[in-house]
Amino acid sequence: MFHAYANPARFLKIARPLTPMLIWTGIALAAFGAWAGLTQTPPDYLQGETVRILYLHVPAAWLGMGGWSGIAIGSIAYLVWRHPLAALSARACAVPGALFAAVCLITGSIWGRPTWGTWWQWDGRLTSMLLLFFVYLAYIALSRADGQRGGDGRIPALFGLAGTVLLPIIRYSVVWWNTLHQGQSLTLTKSTIDNAILWPLPFTLVGFTLLFAGIVLMRMRAMLAAGKVEARMRRMAAA
Amino acid sequence: MNQWAFVAAAYAVTILAGGGITFASYIQMRRAERAAEELRRP
Repeated sequence: MFHAYANPARFLKIARPLTPMLIWTGIALAAFGAWAGLTQTPPDYLQGETVRILYLHVPAAWLGMGGWSGIAIGSIAYLVWRHPLAALSARACAVPGALFAAVCLITGSIWGRPTWGTWWQWDGRLTSMLLLFFVYLAYIALSRADGQRGGDGRIPALFGLAGTVLLPIIRYSVVWWNTLHQGQSLTLTKSTIDNAILWPLPFTLVGFTLLFAGIVLMRMRAMLAAGKVEARMRRMAAA
Repeated sequence: MNQWAFVAAAYAVTILAGGGITFASYIQMRRAERAAEELRRP
């Protein structure tokens, strides 16, 4: 089934109607979650109003790491099956992934100043997330250089796989090291955050994830169209 | 400083970044697809 959608024509047939659905549903859910987080939840007894940054910081962290997971999955699919669409999907995840990693770092820093009394601390979680942001920038530069030199995309794909090593480091940094960043407040099965504060978070989490998927689809469509134009120009120049 | 100033700053950063990349990706897609469409026309 997966191989069937590696065909660009089939992919576009699905991506065209799916893109606006993902974008508008994502915007609606994220906007509702953000509004509810601002107006419908009580302040935290310790953090006060700054707890509301959680509704943006957590989805940004999730998508910063999720974007690299997308790069890794696309890279594996490209290296194993040589589907050009897989390489394209990996490249399309890079810029939004880097942006959300940056948003995670900035919103975390904004939250840290009133809560910890500092904008930045070189602890395990913050440093590993910053490292992921730099690895994103390296991947973007590498895949652009590979495309300009007419490379086959294998080197960015290998780099995409190698960078995956950062994901468990970020995830378990608060367990492995005694960090200023608090331990895991949320897992799939339990939460240490009260439901009165927690409930808008799934809305922003799902909303931003759908928005991210829509952005990736738009970037893939742009790359496919640019590729068609380039191929056509080459044919016209050769004729 | 008022805690709401930090909350507003975090929301502004996220809205600008999220809105910016959504808009930029849309414009990039529209331009590329329009260029491809124009080349297909005889």
